[in-house]
Amino acid sequence: MSEALVKPKKKNPVERTRLATLPPGARSRSAQGLTRAAAEGSFELQVCADCATVQYPPREVCGHCLSEHLTWEPVDNRGELIALTTLRHSNDLYFRERLPWRVGTVKMAAGPVVVAHVHEDCATPDTSGVPVRLSLKLDRSGQAVLHALPEKDTPNMNDAPQMRESTCDPKFRRVLVTDGKSAMGMAVAKAMLDAGASAVFLGDPTTWKTVAAFDKLAADPRVQVVELDVTDTDSVDRLAASIGGKVEILVNTASYLRDGGILGRKDVILARDAMEVNVLGLMRLAQAFGPGMCFRAADGSNHAVAWVNVLSIHALAALPARGAWSASMAAALSAAQTLRAELRGAGVRVVNIFPGPIDEEWEQLTPPPKLAPSAVAKAIVRGLQDGVEDVYVGEIAEEIRERLRENHKGVERELGQ
Amino acid sequence: MSTEVSTEVSTPVSPVARKRLGYDGVVAVMPVTIPYARYSTHSAHWWLGRALGELIRGAGVAKTEVDGVCVSSFTLGPDTAVGLMQHLGMSPRWLDHIPMGGASGVVALRRAARAVQAGDAEVIACIAGDTNQVDSFRNTVSQFSRFAQDAVYPYGAGGPNASFALLTGYYMKHFGATREDFGKLCVAQRDNALKNPHALMKKPLTLAQYIDARPITDPIHLFDCVMPCAGAEGYLVMTEDRARALKLPFVRIRSTIERHNAFPEDPIQFRGGWAMDKDALYEHAEAAPEDIDFLETYDDYPVINMMQFEDLGFCAKGEASAFVRKHSFTIAGDFPFNTSGGQLSVGQAGAAGGYLGLVQALRQLTASAGATQLEGARLGMVSGFGMINYDRGLCSGAAILERGLTRGEAA
Repeated sequence: MSEALVKPKKKNPVERTRLATLPPGARSRSAQGLTRAAAEGSFELQVCADCATVQYPPREVCGHCLSEHLTWEPVDNRGELIALTTLRHSNDLYFRERLPWRVGTVKMAAGPVVVAHVHEDCATPDTSGVPVRLSLKLDRSGQAVLHALPEKDTPNMNDAPQMRESTCDPKFRRVLVTDGKSAMGMAVAKAMLDAGASAVFLGDPTTWKTVAAFDKLAADPRVQVVELDVTDTDSVDRLAASIGGKVEILVNTASYLRDGGILGRKDVILARDAMEVNVLGLMRLAQAFGPGMCFRAADGSNHAVAWVNVLSIHALAALPARGAWSASMAAALSAAQTLRAELRGAGVRVVNIFPGPIDEEWEQLTPPPKLAPSAVAKAIVRGLQDGVEDVYVGEIAEEIRERLRENHKGVERELGQ
Repeated sequence: MSTEVSTEVSTPVSPVARKRLGYDGVVAVMPVTIPYARYSTHSAHWWLGRALGELIRGAGVAKTEVDGVCVSSFTLGPDTAVGLMQHLGMSPRWLDHIPMGGASGVVALRRAARAVQAGDAEVIACIAGDTNQVDSFRNTVSQFSRFAQDAVYPYGAGGPNASFALLTGYYMKHFGATREDFGKLCVAQRDNALKNPHALMKKPLTLAQYIDARPITDPIHLFDCVMPCAGAEGYLVMTEDRARALKLPFVRIRSTIERHNAFPEDPIQFRGGWAMDKDALYEHAEAAPEDIDFLETYDDYPVINMMQFEDLGFCAKGEASAFVRKHSFTIAGDFPFNTSGGQLSVGQAGAAGGYLGLVQALRQLTASAGATQLEGARLGMVSGFGMINYDRGLCSGAAILERGLTRGEAA
């Protein structure tokens, strides 16, 4: 059984901060199919459309019948660990710093034999194998790797050092919630504390406004209220100078949502305000907090690990009734993709959240089903614990995502009605 | 789903429709070794060029008389054998580039022998060599193959250590081999290496030192691993008539086999392609395992030696550890084995490691093996094993060679 993670001690300020190293990230184009599945938290391998043979490692043509019709499909993730080794030496810098490291051979029920990272709670195989489940996760290079996990969950299994590498678990990490005064921000703060975050910096963009629930949350000794207005570069920079070296997970909940399309107005004030918060706010935060997080991306067991953007499913498909806002969401997603590329060098993961409509003030007129902010917050925590990078929350988000894959032109027409 | 492996393994035999021709009239001559170095500032071209130079000068032929060349190297990039020919000023009418790692020596021999036999070339130089610069090994393993890049390298081993650790652990558990068995082979090889001036390992190795060595990747310990180095090996293939005219000692080829990606359905490697082809090997040579006077295997890790004993018919599957306990493997032993010291004690000069056993066998069978010489060796077997592509070694080959004319007789 994995030992429970111990809360890291206060860092000795005289010690050098270890810089991030990454596991090998080169992959063939076919192998990026694993990365897509891992990024979305599913377990998929290539399956031959002609003979149904499951393939691994990823191929261009079927290793059995030579058909070129290979499709990525969810497959049975169970298997038997038939050989296990512990690396005590590696030529790779990343692994050298993390030895000993367990790796094994798993014969999958679906057919292929895979080499996988092996969780410390998996037993050692003897002449008979050990049943395991395989999971696809993103490693620090942002690429997919296979983890062999015990058949059933074990206590503290996410605390094992190997798991800590492929996940972004909030346990013992310090989280900045950029707008902590919104319903969503408060829900995220609570969910992070429930998941074991050691501190939450709760951003307050409106110090002049009293919100009872916010004051109650602020009374928790783990919560520190900080002034933060993402539309004000000075405000963002001041906060980064003060707590930038302590932020290990940043959740950007700052949001500006208003109804209205494009032709219904004679100005772009609403659009500019949405861009100011949703896009330029994200960029200001990135410029102020990104470098510090990268610098601390290998700093102890609570190193900086994830940047979370709470976007909307309408970042992927515009809702014309909220056209200006939709445009800002699409722009925010684009900025997040760039940020993902820029943070990948340090192994800091960008996690994008795509919820459907949320049950909050500015969506008063949206018909149900609407998501409770707490449901979105729980999905964010689960996404971090599982180590995915795209999280779709709620039935509407799932439906739009599915329909986008089937017929994106149809989605455009339907959302415009 | 059962991955239980019985020690009685069914062995599909390769279907051979037609009788294979012999290698009559073709011989291998001129074993050369360019002394190894742990690190080298030279490129692979330097090492391969030196091997070719030694072959030409040693055989007393003109450079233009070598009309065929066969090259193996991991560090020649971005060049292939083609670029090397311009670099070396050669104009061969037959050229091959064999990227089969540890199987390259045997495969080069069988390719070259057929080309000479058919008259496509008269004199073929088979050369293998690599440099070892401080970063060579890491560069080679990180770009070794697509499957390695996608499915092994991200898991931390950075080389074949983990793949071999997994299959060694599996073999030990299923077939009862112990570290002492592996150690006995390593100690015997070191003993042989002390008689080989080319060997990089110059100190004796005891079983206690072997057992107490630091763990690398369980159950692989330090002395189970080869030391990467720079070096080159080579030999010539020509007609027997030409060898006699040049007064060169020569070796006859009785039989060869090769096989790639054998037994893909095995969940983990516990046998190699030799198991598919060994009957053909002996039949073609009209010989049996007990006729073999010495064996030179590819030995990048000791477990693969044990598999070769089994799969080449010296003992049954699963009985290699009993075989190791019963025999002695030094030059003076009752089963002379890896008489140069093998890669484990000589060093692994990249692709030249795939030539080491063959070149040493040519020395043994021409009575030019110096202090490592066996008395009266007549038939020798060389086997090769190469390319850990994903989870297993893919290429295997073997040759049975026969003494032709020894150095004394040729002079």
